[in-house]
Amino acid sequence: MSGLDATDLAILRILAADATTSAAEIGRAVGIGQPAAWRRIRKLGDQRILAGRRVVVDNAALGFGVTVFLGVRLAAKGRTSLEDFERAVTAIPEVQTVQHVLGQFDYRLRITARDISDFERILRRRIMTLPGVGQVEANVMLSEERRPGPLGASGPEAR
Amino acid sequence: MPDATDRRILRQMLADPDASNADLSRRAGVTQASLWRRLDKMRETGVIAAIQSRIDWRALGWEVEVSLRFTLDKTNPRAFDDFIAAAREVPEVIEIQTFLGSVDLRLSVIARDMAHWQQVYRDRILTLPHVSDSDALMLVSTIKDSAELAL
Repeated sequence: MSGLDATDLAILRILAADATTSAAEIGRAVGIGQPAAWRRIRKLGDQRILAGRRVVVDNAALGFGVTVFLGVRLAAKGRTSLEDFERAVTAIPEVQTVQHVLGQFDYRLRITARDISDFERILRRRIMTLPGVGQVEANVMLSEERRPGPLGASGPEAR
Repeated sequence: MPDATDRRILRQMLADPDASNADLSRRAGVTQASLWRRLDKMRETGVIAAIQSRIDWRALGWEVEVSLRFTLDKTNPRAFDDFIAAAREVPEVIEIQTFLGSVDLRLSVIARDMAHWQQVYRDRILTLPHVSDSDALMLVSTIKDSAELAL
């Protein structure tokens, strides 16, 4: 798909780890010149494979010690109830992620709070009052690790 | 410890991670030199852990994303370590999270299509060690995905 070669995948691996790596450094790392590296990076951006930046901060150092994932089932399902729920839930600042899923729940939410009592406040005042909300399951996150994904280094394509 | 100015910069950065340093310094009301210095310091102290490029897996041809939730057999003291080590060996796993609650662990797994998903699930996921229960949530769409904090 997209006609990517091993060099493109190597560039994606570098940028997925550190988006601030310069085209010159990337060129050196993958064995091509800076202008060629820059052209490839621009093409990956044009194809929307590189979809912007993610700033990863130490939430705890900023006073946000608790991350909770919620599975939410809607009590009533219908197009309007989905739209009403989505509009209301995305407006809550403590809700970082909203995903529509298929399975035991209808939505997955990622919530950051200062501590457990702050989470309780968010849950009671903002989540339980959302339109159409039914069953809710909460799991407190202990650790999180992002993996590079199938970019060839040890993936099936490389073997 | 990040001060009020650092927090103002972070608020702007998290709200718009693709903003240029020129825009950031203007929005946060600091000079570009001061912005550089503060960003450097926050990266050094780990307040900013990383600035990464997001990869759009769908644009790369990975159409399926599944959130797999596991309960492990906790009578085995090595259950978490063994499971995580094995999950790291699966290239299609893009996220590993551990939890306190009814779910012990969650993996985000991607596949090219449903046929490929079935293959990954059978060959790589069902073979993971110490699983006592699991369930799957298939991603339909991501409606919001932000790193913003109520700073």
